Amino acid sequence: MNQWFKEIEAPAERKWEEFYRNRFAHDKRVRTTHGVNCTGSCSWEVFVKDGIVTWELQATDYPQLEAGLPPYEPRGCQRGISFSWYLYSPIRVKYPYGRGALLELWREARERHADPVEAWKSIVSDPEKRRRYQKARGKGGFRRIAWEEALEIIAASVVHTTKQHGPDRVIGFSPIPAMSQISYAAGSRFLTLLGGVAMSFYDWYCDLPPASPEIWGEQTDVHESADWYNARFIAVMGSNLNMTRTPDTHFIAEVRHAGAKLTVFSPDFSMVAKYADWWIPSNPGQDTAFWMAVNHVLLKECYVLRQVPYFSDYLKRYTDNPFLVEVAGPRPGRYLRAGRLEAYKDVENGDWKLLMWDAQRGPAMPGGTIGFRWQSEKGQWNLDLKDPTRGEPIDPLLSFRDQPDEVRLLEFDDFTTGKTLRRAVPVKYVQTKDGERVAVTTVFDLLLAQFGVDRGLGGDYPQGYDDEEGLYTPAWQEKYTGIHRDTVIRFAREWAENGEKTKGKNLIIIGAGANHWYHNNLLYRAGIVALMLTGSVGVNGGGLAHYVGQEKLANQASWGPIAFAGDWGMAPRQQNSPSFHYVHSDQWRYERGYRDYDSVPNKERLCDHTVDHQARAVRKGWLPFFPQFNRSSLEVVREAQAKGAKTDAEIVQYVVEQLKSGKLEFAVDDPDAPSNWPRTWFIWRGNAIGTSAKGHEYFMRHYLGTHSTAIAAEQAKGWVSEVKYRPQAPEGKIDLVVDLNFRMDTSALYSDLVLPAATWYEKEDLNTTDMHTFINPMQAAVPPAWESKPDWEIYKAIAQKVCELAKPHFPEPVKDVVMLPLQHDTPDELAQPADKDWKKGEVEAVPGKTMPKFRVVERDYAKLYERMVTLGKAVEANGVGMHGLSIPVQDFYQELARRQGRKVDGQVLPSLEDAREVAEAILFLDPVSNGELAYRAFKDEEKKTGQKLTDLADPVRDVRIGFKDIVAQPRRMLTSPTWSGLINQGRAYSPYTLNVERLVPWRTLTGRQHFYLDHEGYLAWGEHLPTYKPRPDHTMLMETEKSAAEAQGKLLNYITPHGKWSIHSTYSENHRMMTLSRGGYPVWLNDKDAAEMGITDNDWVEVFNDNGVFVQRCVVSARIPRGAVFVYHATERTVGIPKSPLRGKRAGMNNSLTRARLKPVLMSGGYAQFTYAFNYWGPTGVNRDTFVYVRRVEEPQW
Amino acid sequence: MNVRAHMSMLFHLDKCIGCHTCSVACKNLWTDRKGTEYMWWNNVETRPGAGYPTGWEEQDRFEGGWELKNGELELRLHSRARGLSRLFFNPALPTLDDYYEPYTFRYQDLFSAPEGNDQPTAVPVSMVTGEPIQIEAGPSWDDDLGGSNLYAKNDPNWEGVDPDIQAQMHEIERVVFNYLPRICNHCLNPSCVAACPSGAIYKRAEDGVVLVNENKCKAWRMCVAACPYKKVYYNWASGKSEKCILCFPRLETGQAPACAHSCVGRIRYMGVLLYDADRIYAAASAQESELVEAQREAILDPFDPAVIAAAKENGLDDDWIKAAQNSPAYKFVKLWKLALPLHPEYRTMAMMFYIPPLSPVVSTLERGLIKLDLPPERVDFELFDNLDKARLPLEYLANLFAAGNVALIEPILKKMLAVRILKRRQSVYGEVDAQTLALLEAAGTSLEEAEAIYELTTLPTLEERFVIPPYHREAAAELYNDPLAHKGEVGLGYIQPPRRGE
Repeated sequence: MNQWFKEIEAPAERKWEEFYRNRFAHDKRVRTTHGVNCTGSCSWEVFVKDGIVTWELQATDYPQLEAGLPPYEPRGCQRGISFSWYLYSPIRVKYPYGRGALLELWREARERHADPVEAWKSIVSDPEKRRRYQKARGKGGFRRIAWEEALEIIAASVVHTTKQHGPDRVIGFSPIPAMSQISYAAGSRFLTLLGGVAMSFYDWYCDLPPASPEIWGEQTDVHESADWYNARFIAVMGSNLNMTRTPDTHFIAEVRHAGAKLTVFSPDFSMVAKYADWWIPSNPGQDTAFWMAVNHVLLKECYVLRQVPYFSDYLKRYTDNPFLVEVAGPRPGRYLRAGRLEAYKDVENGDWKLLMWDAQRGPAMPGGTIGFRWQSEKGQWNLDLKDPTRGEPIDPLLSFRDQPDEVRLLEFDDFTTGKTLRRAVPVKYVQTKDGERVAVTTVFDLLLAQFGVDRGLGGDYPQGYDDEEGLYTPAWQEKYTGIHRDTVIRFAREWAENGEKTKGKNLIIIGAGANHWYHNNLLYRAGIVALMLTGSVGVNGGGLAHYVGQEKLANQASWGPIAFAGDWGMAPRQQNSPSFHYVHSDQWRYERGYRDYDSVPNKERLCDHTVDHQARAVRKGWLPFFPQFNRSSLEVVREAQAKGAKTDAEIVQYVVEQLKSGKLEFAVDDPDAPSNWPRTWFIWRGNAIGTSAKGHEYFMRHYLGTHSTAIAAEQAKGWVSEVKYRPQAPEGKIDLVVDLNFRMDTSALYSDLVLPAATWYEKEDLNTTDMHTFINPMQAAVPPAWESKPDWEIYKAIAQKVCELAKPHFPEPVKDVVMLPLQHDTPDELAQPADKDWKKGEVEAVPGKTMPKFRVVERDYAKLYERMVTLGKAVEANGVGMHGLSIPVQDFYQELARRQGRKVDGQVLPSLEDAREVAEAILFLDPVSNGELAYRAFKDEEKKTGQKLTDLADPVRDVRIGFKDIVAQPRRMLTSPTWSGLINQGRAYSPYTLNVERLVPWRTLTGRQHFYLDHEGYLAWGEHLPTYKPRPDHTMLMETEKSAAEAQGKLLNYITPHGKWSIHSTYSENHRMMTLSRGGYPVWLNDKDAAEMGITDNDWVEVFNDNGVFVQRCVVSARIPRGAVFVYHATERTVGIPKSPLRGKRAGMNNSLTRARLKPVLMSGGYAQFTYAFNYWGPTGVNRDTFVYVRRVEEPQW
Repeated sequence: MNVRAHMSMLFHLDKCIGCHTCSVACKNLWTDRKGTEYMWWNNVETRPGAGYPTGWEEQDRFEGGWELKNGELELRLHSRARGLSRLFFNPALPTLDDYYEPYTFRYQDLFSAPEGNDQPTAVPVSMVTGEPIQIEAGPSWDDDLGGSNLYAKNDPNWEGVDPDIQAQMHEIERVVFNYLPRICNHCLNPSCVAACPSGAIYKRAEDGVVLVNENKCKAWRMCVAACPYKKVYYNWASGKSEKCILCFPRLETGQAPACAHSCVGRIRYMGVLLYDADRIYAAASAQESELVEAQREAILDPFDPAVIAAAKENGLDDDWIKAAQNSPAYKFVKLWKLALPLHPEYRTMAMMFYIPPLSPVVSTLERGLIKLDLPPERVDFELFDNLDKARLPLEYLANLFAAGNVALIEPILKKMLAVRILKRRQSVYGEVDAQTLALLEAAGTSLEEAEAIYELTTLPTLEERFVIPPYHREAAAELYNDPLAHKGEVGLGYIQPPRRGE
């Protein structure tokens, strides 16, 4: 049997084995990573042979975390490992390209105009010419051009737009800086120095969970994946970990063997469901109902029938549950303010300090509420349960059930029936300083009433778990979720038991499948309530792990000033993209407003159009909006100066008066006026026109002025009051679209100019994530191929050209007035104790209080380039910081100037000329990579909280992590109060452990986690308490009305989860991924639905509604729920898309079927945690509640 | 006793993510060139499903592996005499339709299309003809396709599974899938080797890697047909067969194969198994129900002094014996009996091993509502006493890994569940009581073993997952060159690409 062994017998014959050994031989390996929007932050080794990148494999040298945790290695997935294909592939953008139609006009104009800016003006001010090249967008005709010509067109457009319309008509979109921080900062720094607009991504992608700012005052803070291993009961909801968290999923597989129970909620049998102990196929978008019923059981069984000390204690210390709420009217009202009591009438910020009921002494004022945060005396902003003014400990009552002064019937909403329920709540009376007798109850008592947990108080309470009509009972949820009540009860009991036994090791891993629904904030809140009720937030292995594209920028404290030119004292124009696109791409014109699809307690009162609410939010300073005015902001300053304004304050005063008098208008009030259009659009590191464009077909029509497959009718006429409705919707608002890209994606295909960007194997950058705590470098394994350049270099080149062309047009520095909304983590949080509209005369117009803030900045376009490549002295003076922290860095700034100095105006300042220098500056000036700064940050936090904290940084004070260190090996970030997790000694990152263990407050109104939200908007929308609102259906959304006539198939819910073969659109057209999938972007159907429609596997189908159309092959499987169609999101129009038989033109992409629907309650602002921050607050770009028709296509036409 | 060493890989299917990173790692490294487009030395299949090439397990059609005829092992493909008659026409060879027609897209059109009245798109084209193509197959065409009437339903491993359960697999109550990553099994009794008329295929004595000598291969393609796993492919450009080489250039330098290295699910382990080459024939000829046990028997205990002595006698050095003792493959396969070969009934004695997966509990429908089918009493993990309530039927797994013998699957799943229960009791309830110990015993394990299984399942570092022995390449080179000369010459041009037709 041994005839096949050949070694010693025939060694020479085995010399042929060299064939494969030589293939494996390589010249160089280089550590880098992938900068795509995926949170992976995986360390890779790229193998170079003969100067060509040949393949990549994961690096495996992550430092190990504490003993007992599995290691991180290897990190990297099927997509990352296929990246090397791109470098030399036929879809690589190797040279600059321009659209032929535009180039012809340009070259002709340049013949006639020596000044490129004049040449550009001559084209865009001629409607015929403008139309000519706009119509050609996306229709071929690209020509390779020289860098010099491309830069000249871009700079001409930028200078012309700035001069003619104002700098805030120059906009830029790039997502998720964390993955390639320097490449992001290249564009945002250029734009901010110019006065242009940086567009948000996290909210627009609908990745921002608004419940997180609502409850925690935090954008998002989540567990690194190693911490999953500490959990013992895990609920995965709307998150297909195998697809989206591929390098982290092993922790899930592994922790099951460490004794954790895994439950997966997903309407389809998803990849992660294969690991589950329990797969709970709840109906799409109905998880809220499930969790509301879980909470009903938890409250009843752990708080009423029996008390779990750990749970009650947790609620008292770390949540708003013991706080007092006024119940003056029939409905729950606002938190009772300490300043209203005689005892506290003189305290500073008395409107912003709240009360508990001490078991012995009655009303008592704990520290830690927001009034303490911004008062002049520091050191009382903490979670210690005591009254800081008197030093007395507080033993708060959770409930007044056992000693009420009275029991009152209050109103609670049932949005499923539209009925108002009246339920009894125990109250106590408080005497105010004015002698008023005010009824109050606790948040906890309201919670029990809201969840229908009867304590024999009377009112419309459900009759036990089996009461099908009783709101939030296990029986009630059945009709929404399709899940049997017994399963809910069983789940709730095991959840409770696990929480009690492990002290909060209950973990919800949640994702886009849950966050993309219209009422996602309610869905999240329902789940978070179940976490807080079991004491699971701020615990290792417990809490909410939300993973949807946030990608933690670990060194944000130092990166922020660089990315947004804070080092030069700039006020950045940061725009929330959902509002921007809803308004500017005219999607608002195609609906009658939120009343059609949102449920509110009082439809008569809340009857305006979404766009009106948006306009009000802007003028109240709740949300930003750019362009800001209906004329150039530079022009407005010139006017002010002409009228005699000398100081900045006088300029601002002029602006306010002009606005009050109506002589100056907000652009948002008349978005279709040509003076208010965005004009020059930069896109880099993202796919703004393609996969990031909810309402893609409206982008096509109104932004680009090219073909569109939307057939929806306009509906807004007659429904709007605040915003001007123009009869003719403009088509082609944008003059120039510039895309920086390494591949010809949908955005590139539709842009006017495409600039060749270096890939992640060809540049230096920094990369961090929330999935782990290491800082990873990006490095060039090979130089940028062909004519490509790193983004940092491209924006430098643009900046230089802009300086050059601006000279004759801006010979002197000019002043600009920048409009900013009220800002989170600043004293602006105390701006509006009540919601009043200055325009209606309800209150005086005061910038920074009742309306936006205005800041005057100087723009010296001649120095734009110099400033871009130099770290300005404002960092030296102001330090770095985030979340309200202020960290002095003067000595390090000076040291940096010595290490990488650059002479500017006679001074030596730190250079940012090379990406490498930017990386060093970021690392050197940030507390997560500079131990001394971590120490100083804790010092600052100590001052605010009065709690001992610097011990957390003592052991690492002399640690400095530089670029070479992270090249040598991934390095772990340091514990820093710029984040909320304690990670000393290899401990896994779990959010809010700093808050729970060190009593640092959450950045909210109460300083605690919020069950109750008393912003007036929330009270009006009926979302003051966790609640359930029905999903908007097609009759509410009205985007299938016209398509119904074309329909032969069924109306289906259109679900677009994250896909397996791409990271968003990147990799999706990659040859490897196309081969391993179905060679396209398949449409998944349930087998029985498909059979009814006469469709079989791999048939071509057309998916359509009034918004647009998509044509692809289908996959048929019983793992897909009935009534739904899945298209794994982020398809490209570029590869293998046939024409649409219905609409004639090339069929679109997954976003052709969607459009933005904003939720007005999420525009609430000016109040505590509801103040604006970029990518932190505002309505989100939901897209999950979309309905489509599907029909079979006989023969695809190309 | 003829002791030899084998590098074996182990796949912990309960951990598999189904991501295909392994496949791409392999493709980038080895099969990214003309003639190899359709080769996936490593592929990942969704199961139940059809696999790649489609229906490869249908041996009635493909005639791979061995069969027992009158107590004698014979290739299913042919006896030696019949083999000669088939040299020029072999109907058992898979065709392009069984694989897929490799395709790409005309990406360049996006740059070069002239201005028109509609958007250009990159149309799919065949990599064989260069012409536009309708894409109708691919190397993981039924990926994630549980509950498919075309693919999952036609999986040959349903044999013997209750028709009612089979029907349920297409309903929400029981729909399920898992993944099966596959590479060459580097069999102890490889049918590819036996079928090769040119004697071009051999198994390396030092590590068991089966290789096609690219210089000797004469393109008869008998190996393609004879391999029951369809893991030998024909390179149409070079005219040679090629197959997974277990990344021997990496093994020889102390690195795990690329597929294992890149396995982000951390499901793969790699280690030495010592086996008795003298027992191969008998083990491969055992009764079907005895095949797994016979193979386990042929794998030797590296701590046994007699084995160690015999190993040394065969030239195995101490480092290799030590590696065999630390081998995760040895622990999972032989010591803990958690891992099984794929399709032992093919009698090739596959040397890559699989730990079968757990799956979620089934549901029932009541009033149209989904209800988990749980026992009324509260237990830690419900399936421990109710393995019939697992979504993936045991019979199905048995058909994959145990020649249909459910009795080999059940104790494995039970042992895995026992480990989970133990760890839950320790970490949630803080106790290992008598009841827990009894439960471990009932699952055929002990506290000590369960802890060891837990650690190697969840916590292993790279070095613990991949225990690669030192290859001593200097000694191998010395057989045909002075190592000092080799130091200066290696890689310098004496490589000869295999020539077509030789």
